[in-house]
This record gives sequence, structure tokens and C-alpha cells, in this order.
Amino acid sequence: MALLEVNDLCIQFGGLRAVDDFNLNIEQGELYGLIGPNGAGKTTVFNLLTGVYRPTEGQILLDGKNITGHKTAEINRDGIARTFQNIRLFSKMSVLDNVKVALQDRYHYNTLTGILHLGSYKKLEKEMDAEAMEILSVFGMDKDAELLSSNLPYGQQRKLEIARAMATKPKLLLLDEPAAGMNPNETAELMDTISLIRDKYKMTILLIEHDMKLVSGICEKLTVLNFGRVLAQGNTKDVLSDPEVIKAYLGDE
Amino acid sequence: MTKMKDNKLSFLKKKENVTYAIVIAVWIIMEILLKAGVVSSHLSGLLVPMCYYAIVAVGLNLCVGILGELSLGHAGFMCIGAFFSAAFSQIFKDSLPGGLRFFLALVIGIAFSALFGFLIGIPVLRLNGDYLAIVTLAFGEIIKNILNSLYLGLDSKGFHFSLTSMLELGMEPDGKTLINGAMGVTGTPRDANFTIAIFLLIVSLIVVQNLINSRDGRAIMSIRDNRIAAESIGINVTKYKMLAFTMSAAIAGMAGVLFSHNISTLQATGQYFGYNVSIMILVYVVLGGIGSIRGSVIAAAVLYLLPELLRGLNKYRMLIYSIVLIVVMIINWAPAVLDKRQELMMKFRKGNRKNGTA
Repeated sequence: MALLEVNDLCIQFGGLRAVDDFNLNIEQGELYGLIGPNGAGKTTVFNLLTGVYRPTEGQILLDGKNITGHKTAEINRDGIARTFQNIRLFSKMSVLDNVKVALQDRYHYNTLTGILHLGSYKKLEKEMDAEAMEILSVFGMDKDAELLSSNLPYGQQRKLEIARAMATKPKLLLLDEPAAGMNPNETAELMDTISLIRDKYKMTILLIEHDMKLVSGICEKLTVLNFGRVLAQGNTKDVLSDPEVIKAYLGDE
Repeated sequence: MTKMKDNKLSFLKKKENVTYAIVIAVWIIMEILLKAGVVSSHLSGLLVPMCYYAIVAVGLNLCVGILGELSLGHAGFMCIGAFFSAAFSQIFKDSLPGGLRFFLALVIGIAFSALFGFLIGIPVLRLNGDYLAIVTLAFGEIIKNILNSLYLGLDSKGFHFSLTSMLELGMEPDGKTLINGAMGVTGTPRDANFTIAIFLLIVSLIVVQNLINSRDGRAIMSIRDNRIAAESIGINVTKYKMLAFTMSAAIAGMAGVLFSHNISTLQATGQYFGYNVSIMILVYVVLGGIGSIRGSVIAAAVLYLLPELLRGLNKYRMLIYSIVLIVVMIINWAPAVLDKRQELMMKFRKGNRKNGTA
């Protein structure tokens, strides 16, 4: 059974069908790419998967469980974490706190304990610190833990966003244009990071990307969207040589 | 000997503890001066108000600086805390000992302002930014005006209330007037004093600063920094907004209890509970540094005392006050000054480290 199963997903904004008849199957452990020209509806698909928008039709199954119509926060608890096209970090919080806040579902103490710093507070905070530092060290950011997240260089901010998403222990990770605005060195580093989380956590990843080098380099399967509809779907190599796809990207001769 | 000193310094390394130390130091100094009898009666009368404005500034900072939502109705929450606790103390004026009565009045005042904060939060926290400010502004004025025309009495048959006149209450002859319309509450026992006020200030500081350093506090700040990202990592935005706003209102209510138990006649006038007071509290928070709890306390103390102490200068009073506001604004907000301050702090820290190792 597929980890993520999307059936006939559709969303309509007024008279516009931004995403229409969208189907997707992602197996456990796959690295899947979602590509398409600008305005094709890729981010809309992400917003549908994460509950930002409610689909007009269709259903989304994660691990066999129907999560259609769940709210964003619920969907994260169901097991989907994401990053954003334009970085959304908690800019006035430290790097460590950015990760710790993502851990909070798994380390529970009540408000009163937090206000009085009673009993389990110290123990749980210590455990949270330890786990957050462990995650940061996987991403090579443990030395910057005390830094304000907005003071990180651009590439590191992207990484921190991925680290924060990973801290919620998702089953599926969605990356929205992770290489946007990166120079070739940063992109190479990002590819290493993505491979690392795949190998280390056996993570299933769905990513949107325009950087074809990155897409052809790491994605195993692709779905191409154009005008809200699936244009092609399948193995990366086959899809990228599909004349329809080339036409969508480069136009007619 | 040196080791002991080190220990003392390490207590001050945590920036929260510095705040407590400053408050306690002020308390000790003022107590000594009061005992020595060198404090003018004018100044000694300002000490409790200084504390409750500091408390309400801490509470408002939780809403503005930590939650990131602008509230212009904190004088209203203060008003609720003041009136409910004063009415309670009226009822038990003769039947309960002072300490217990004040403690229960405190609980009542905090509970009611928290309740109102919660009820208002349900619709209002769905709004963002300016809308929240407008609604809270209106709320503060509504509360003030309602309490200004509220008559409340208690007799053997229970509570009576009216919004028109005392006679409407139709009380038995043994009845007791609790709130007498625009005349307000008179004869509330003066249970508050400077030491209690300082103690409550420290309580509010502990609550807010510990909250910031806890799981809930991080969730609240993450909503401030980026609501969409907070949702994406599973934070229940509504719950934490409600928590922060309710706590903020409760702390304002605590300040209100101090207010009503430090004044013999409590009236819901614009001078004490109008929107200009809400703005004044916001000025303390903004000038002290949004999100800086210690800054709020210091700004509230200085900016409250200053115009009061300058009363002797008459017409120059407001001129000096406004110059001070501008100077504080520059010190706390101008980027060039902030850089300079950071530099100085670095130097200071380095110097300390050298001294420590030597």
C-alpha cells in the first residue's frame, strides 16, 4: 500500500479549477518530484495536502488513513511536515528554539508546570534540548544553536526549516522549492542534506523544484503538472524525455 | 571568598534573575528610606501605583510582545479586576481578617478579568492586527461606561443590580450598597501596601518569564513570528492565543485589585480606566522594548514616577516628560544606539571573563 494516496483531487477558486483530477501515489521511502511551469498549481497541491485549502473534490489518504479536510495542525500530527517556498522561520527565536517548538507534541507537560518550573519541567526540557541538539548536529548546525534564526545565512535558514520539519517526526516530508534562490554550491549542499535525511531517517519525500539538475539528480519519480492537470507521471528519466513535457516547458517549435 | 562571589554572579547570569534582583533592590532601598522617614508623603503615595502599572505593563507585554497582538483595552481588564475585588472586599469587610480577605479579593479579581479576557478572546482573537486593537479599545470603553452606571447591592435576599438608579435596586433596609453608580465603590479596606505590591510584581514577573521559557511560551512566540509555519508544525494556534490573551488579562486584573485596595474611592472614570490609560500602558511597553519584560518594568516605573515627581515644575512638566519619551525611544529603538549598546555589553562581558580567570 502506498504511503500517500491522492485520488481525483480538485480545487476550485470561483470559476478557476486550480488543480483538477490530480492523482498521486507515493510509496514508503520514495523521493518524489513535483514539477511544472510557473502557475501550474504545484504549491496549491502542497496547500491541499497540508490542509491550508480544503479540496472541492477528491480524497487524500496517508498510510491508509483518510486525512481529507483535516486542519493544518492536525495534518502535521497525522504525519505530514513541510517547508515553504519563501522561508518561514520563527525569526525572533533562537535556532535551538525553532527546533524545540517543533518537538512539543512529543514532550508534554501542562501550563502550570511550565509557569512554576515544577517537577517534570526540568527533566523534559533537558530531553528536548538533547533531542533538538541531536537533530541540529545531523544538519551540522549544532554550533549555531544559540544564534537568532534570522541571523543565519540563507542556505542555513533553508536547512533549519528542514530540520524543524523533521523534528515533528513526519512520515512524509514536503519540500517546496528547497533550492530556490540558492547558488550552485548551496544547491549541492542541499542535495547532500536531502540524501542524508533519506538514508538516515528512511524518509519519504515529495518536493517541488525548478532546478532540473537537482530534480534529475535525486528524484526517482516525477509528476509534471501543467494548468492544474497532470501532464506526465512516472520514472524521472522517462518523464523528462516525454515530448509533451518538453513542449510544456519550452513551448512549440 | 572569591568562590562565593562567583556563585552570586552566576545567579545574575540568567537575565530573568537580573530583573528580580532589580525589583528586590528597589524594594529594599525604598523600605529603608521609608523607615528612615526621608521619603515625602507624595512619593510614598506613588509607590503602589508604580507597582501596579509595572504589573499591567508586564501583562500587556505578554500580549503585545510575546503573542504579538495589539491590545488597547488593558485598562478595561484592570477596571474589571478593581471593581469585582472591591465589591468582594465590601461584602466581607467586617467578617474576614485583612490578609485572607485581600488574598480572596485577589483571586476574585484575577478570575473575573481572566474570564472576561477569555470571553472577549473567543471572537476577537480570530481577528488580526488593527482589528484586535479596535475591538479591545471599544471593550475598554464599554466596561468603563457600564461600571460607571452600575448599581449593585446585597441584602438578605441576595444580589440586586440595576443600570439606572439606586432606588431601582429595591433593597431591604439591611442591604449594603456595593457599587453605587458613578460614585463607585467607597470605603474599600486599604489592604494593599508597597511590600504586597512588590510581591505581586515579582509573582507576575515569575509567571510571564517562566512562561516564555516553557513549552507554551515557545508555542506562543512561534505564532507571533509566523502563524502559518506554527500551524505547519502542529501548533494549535487558537488555543495558545487564548492562553496568552487570558493570562495577559488576568495579570491586568491583578493590577486592578492592587488599584482598588489602595484607594478609598474607586470610580470608573476616564482618568483611571479610559483609553488614554491603555495607551499610556502601551507606551510603557513600547518604550521599554516590545518583548522585553525587564524593559517594561523599568519603563513603567520611570515613566510613571517622572511626570508625578515633576508636578512642582508646573508648565514645564509635560515638556520634560515628552523629551524623556523621545530620549528613551532613541535609546531603545535607534539601530545605531542598539549597536553601540551591544558593543558595550560585549566589552563588559569580556572584561568580566578576564577578571574571572585572573
